[in-house]
Amino acid sequence: MEMSQKIIGVKASAGIAIGKAFLLAAPDFQIKMVAIEDTVSEIKRFEVALENAKLDLQGIVTRVEQEMGDDHADIFKAHLLVLEDPELVDTVKEKIEQEKVNAESAVSDVAQVFIGLFEQMDDEYMRERAADIRDVTKRIVSHLLGIAFAGPGELTEEVIVVAEDLTPSDTAQLDRRFVKGFVTDIGGRTSHSAIMARSLEIPAVVGTRVITDVVKPAATIILDGYEGIVIIDPSPEELADYERKQAEYAGRKAGLAKLVHEKTLTTDQHHVELAANIGSPGDLAGVLANGAEGVGLFRTEFLYMGREDFPTEDEQFLAYKQVLEQMGEKPVVIRTLDIGGDKQLSYLSMPEELNPFLGFRAIRLCLDNQELFRTQLRALLRASMYGNLKIMFPMIATLEEFRQAKQILEEEKKGLLEKGIAVSDRYEAGIMIEIPAAAMMADQLSREVDFFSIGTNDLIQYTMAADRMNERVAYLYQPYHPAVLRLIHNVIKAAHANGKWVGMCGEMAGDSIAIPILLGFGLDEFSMSAGSILPARQQISRLSLEEVSQHTEAILSMSTSEQVEAFVKKVLNQK
Amino acid sequence: MVEKKIVVQLSHGLHARPAATFVKVATSFSSEIKIVKKEKTVNGKSIMGIMSSAIAKGDEITLIADGADEQEAVNALEKVLLEQE
Repeated sequence: MEMSQKIIGVKASAGIAIGKAFLLAAPDFQIKMVAIEDTVSEIKRFEVALENAKLDLQGIVTRVEQEMGDDHADIFKAHLLVLEDPELVDTVKEKIEQEKVNAESAVSDVAQVFIGLFEQMDDEYMRERAADIRDVTKRIVSHLLGIAFAGPGELTEEVIVVAEDLTPSDTAQLDRRFVKGFVTDIGGRTSHSAIMARSLEIPAVVGTRVITDVVKPAATIILDGYEGIVIIDPSPEELADYERKQAEYAGRKAGLAKLVHEKTLTTDQHHVELAANIGSPGDLAGVLANGAEGVGLFRTEFLYMGREDFPTEDEQFLAYKQVLEQMGEKPVVIRTLDIGGDKQLSYLSMPEELNPFLGFRAIRLCLDNQELFRTQLRALLRASMYGNLKIMFPMIATLEEFRQAKQILEEEKKGLLEKGIAVSDRYEAGIMIEIPAAAMMADQLSREVDFFSIGTNDLIQYTMAADRMNERVAYLYQPYHPAVLRLIHNVIKAAHANGKWVGMCGEMAGDSIAIPILLGFGLDEFSMSAGSILPARQQISRLSLEEVSQHTEAILSMSTSEQVEAFVKKVLNQK
Repeated sequence: MVEKKIVVQLSHGLHARPAATFVKVATSFSSEIKIVKKEKTVNGKSIMGIMSSAIAKGDEITLIADGADEQEAVNALEKVLLEQE
């Protein structure tokens, strides 16, 4: 009997899944160079494989168009063009004929030349095309070798997807009916695949480093997204153990499900709003199913990414309108474009910067590239008629920046009204607090804004001067550090003094240690991944505002993050 | 053989979607199609050839068509390159 194997990774999305492994990247085909005499039939063999690969792709294009819409099929149409590329096809044929080698090695050699060419390009979009060529080559070779090729769009049964990494285009193709969870070699809690798993509410473990090397296709695996553990070929005892845990989890989930339609109230009847962070209108189903009382952050970058040109005003308007309509009277905070830094657009060339996180991004870029900004603002203003809209400007450092953004917003509003296009008169305009300068100046800013939303992911890294992606300084990324807490407290106090509300839309808002502290500080709105809402509601329903707020002074005068954490665990989270 | 010098007007150059459009139009003609940028020549029916030559807005290129429908091909492809989206 084979022993089970335990792999540790990063817990990316909670839950337990048990199922068969589906290796997303086809295993590397062993390609041997073989001398060929009959080059005519070898070329014929290549042509047949090419034809079959085309048939595969045409089938996928049709299916993806029907199930997911035309946009998602574009990547496969591009693959088809590569398959038909004369530079590829003719060069392979020539190689077979002149060098008398087998089709497999000819295809792989020719493809390698192109892959090398694309990988060396400066443009990120072009570098990604190398992956397309690799994908297409694998498809041809798999037909030559008679090995079934499995792509992410071709699932037919429930599986746990195992991959080196999941790119946005992989996840777009995943058939959600069949994916019970996923495990990857690379990535961290904030990588694309992890965020995606949380918004789809499927368990995931990322950053295992080795999973694709050690798991065999169709092996049974247990995926524990609570602990970040993967067990390959589990023993009967382990299986029984995890089936029990899975049932417990389902039981807990059912308990939480009763809270879906409840208001979020403390034991002393104080109401706070629990909202969800979303990346696209497609996330709304999960938001509503988890009983969110609003959308606290709609990241609009996703409308701009994975495409070849800016989204038009109408496209944006439709997306914003859809979200506002579906949320009804519930507030929806839409953040204006936040690109630059680690988020680049293939069609907007931005010079490389030494310090992108301190550079030309978000509102700084929008105030400079006003055409881009104004288009988005018009789309938002038009959509304001369909719900409870709050417009939020990211990365505001100074009052002047807010004033300038607000003035542009007013100008666009005036322009629309002059054209006879209706704009609501009750939308709000606020800012994201993620720069320490803005947190310090909250008293001044709060006189002019309608609201604040604290973006803790950036606020923490700017306060501690520690890049959260840099493992060597990750120890400084301390959400409970009194320096961070003092800034947050200052923001809330200043806003309330001017009668404005304050939300929080970073990871911290859904964190069980942070929640009692923030509640005590008087935070009005907590926005988090949809899956965190019900546990947060349960936690808050067991806390008393009067009691937690009594500890605020004590927490603010503590000296270390550890001290704060220990205090919360001991005193505030007892129940 | 027909040759024509063209200054590319496509706002993002021969990138992704316009490159695909170019290839589709080029393949609809029987003539051989070539693009010459500086000293480099690429096959106008090859998506990989075109994308790897990174032709940007404002680049001067020479379009060459050779075959039965060479004039029609140059006319149609010139249109693709001059389009401003």
